[in-house]
Amino acid sequence: MTAIQDRDQIDEIENRGESMVDVTIGPSLVERDAPRAVKDPFSPIKIIGPIVVFGLVMAFWYGARSLLAPYKRFVLPPPHHIFTKAFFATTADGEHVIRKAIFKATWLDVKVAVIGLSIAIVLGVLTAVVMSMAKWLEISFWPYLVALQAIPILTVSPLIGAVMGYGQSPRILVTIIITIFPILSNTLFGITGVDNGFHDLFSLHKASRWTRLTKLQLPAASPAIFAGFRISAGLAVIGAIVGDVFFRAGEAGLGLQVDVYNSRLNGPATWACILMAAALGLTFFAFFAVLERLVVGRWNTTKR
Amino acid sequence: MSGPQISFNDVTRVFPDGTHAVDNVSFGVESGEFVSIIGPSGCGKSTLLKMASGLMGITGGSIDVDRNSIGYVFQDATLLPFRTVQRNVQLFAELHKMPRAEASRLATEAIELVGLKGFEKKFPKSLSGGMKMRASLARSLTLNPKVFLFDEPFGAIDEITRDRLNTELMQLFVRNQFAGLFITHSISEAVYLSTRVLVMSARPGRLIAEFEVPFEYPRTDSIRYTPEFARLTGAVNEALHEAYAGPAAIAPKVAALKGA
Repeated sequence: MTAIQDRDQIDEIENRGESMVDVTIGPSLVERDAPRAVKDPFSPIKIIGPIVVFGLVMAFWYGARSLLAPYKRFVLPPPHHIFTKAFFATTADGEHVIRKAIFKATWLDVKVAVIGLSIAIVLGVLTAVVMSMAKWLEISFWPYLVALQAIPILTVSPLIGAVMGYGQSPRILVTIIITIFPILSNTLFGITGVDNGFHDLFSLHKASRWTRLTKLQLPAASPAIFAGFRISAGLAVIGAIVGDVFFRAGEAGLGLQVDVYNSRLNGPATWACILMAAALGLTFFAFFAVLERLVVGRWNTTKR
Repeated sequence: MSGPQISFNDVTRVFPDGTHAVDNVSFGVESGEFVSIIGPSGCGKSTLLKMASGLMGITGGSIDVDRNSIGYVFQDATLLPFRTVQRNVQLFAELHKMPRAEASRLATEAIELVGLKGFEKKFPKSLSGGMKMRASLARSLTLNPKVFLFDEPFGAIDEITRDRLNTELMQLFVRNQFAGLFITHSISEAVYLSTRVLVMSARPGRLIAEFEVPFEYPRTDSIRYTPEFARLTGAVNEALHEAYAGPAAIAPKVAALKGA
């Protein structure tokens, strides 16, 4: 065994160990000589490939439908029925009843997801900053945060319902609980994982803790923080819908609406809800992906 | 001369694990003097700089230096990846709470001095290793320090670029007349740049040889091919061999004994 040469090497080894904890922060501070080659965004495969897959899925859908027993076929309506018999269906007096109900349910979920995610972002980032300031706080609270994350949310929902009732606020709480962890952990690893070399730089010039946080740690951690936001954005939609399903009383969100249509054996309307939920999740995710690109895209070298 | 800008007086450093990194090191560097320290890896060269800058404590002896006037260039360029070259270079001025306009002016000046004009708006990821080092140098230049510590700044840079950076650093030294303390593994780099070359042995790190370099500044590349240059690098090389053969040869045996 070779002896460790000096303190620098020990530090280096320790740093390597630390950076393994979170893969999203490490590479952002690793400088690479050449930027990645940008691949042609208009290559034919990028257009043809997805179209072919879409066609295959549709073919499979129609095929699978014919295999189902007739009384189960409502589960897989012909895809175009989602539009003709749900989104654009009218009642005798010309009302778009289904579309109205689905849009109203979607709007409710949007509100819950946006409010819940916003609170989770503020709370998650602040908690991470506080925890990074005092190691003992991190050590004391971390196990419980992991545990909170590990609890399947449905098992605590009855308790939440019992305390908070069945309106908007319990749904928001559920959303916060399932979205806060990725934000908190990514922020925490991001701001504590800054390379020692950078800290030395700030120590040499007697930077205050606040300066260190605002001029070094938070900006350096921003790729990790935004990755956390992106993950949580998807979870926020799930949280809002799970909240719906559980807190059945009150206004219907998509989670409840989909159940209503399903019990009426209304396949097209059920699928319309699923489509809306998917679109909602994608929109949230895309919003943060774009925001991330705008804020850190110019300098960040991390591969995603 | 008004005495050394930085002086090490019987400086000793023992790590908490008992490793004796630096032992009784004494020397000084005056303004307008450029001193290189060369020695085996892990002989405590970097430790000397860390102690001088206050990043690391001393366990024996003392170091006299004005800590407010130290420029410290690390082996890594340590440019903040989220700042452009311009904003990286003005970082120190910002940390010292200078007005924005003043910080920006100092940065612009320093960038021009190291030949990075035109790259102000680039992010570090699109710079080559040599350019990153120039930016790092510029950042330290903004505060015009009296003492400059260099911790193997060109160690990871190809030889051609390195020779060029050596020349430019030498010119900066001639211009600013700071007290330079330079750590390196390269003998020719040490001789080319320095007024004095110190050789350090490993574990514990002690100064075992000292060479005066008589060439006049500003130096040209052609001195590298003079017999005098060859004689000096040869002599430093010999001393360095001793540094490796000495305590380094004993160290593994001591470690084996400790392990048993």
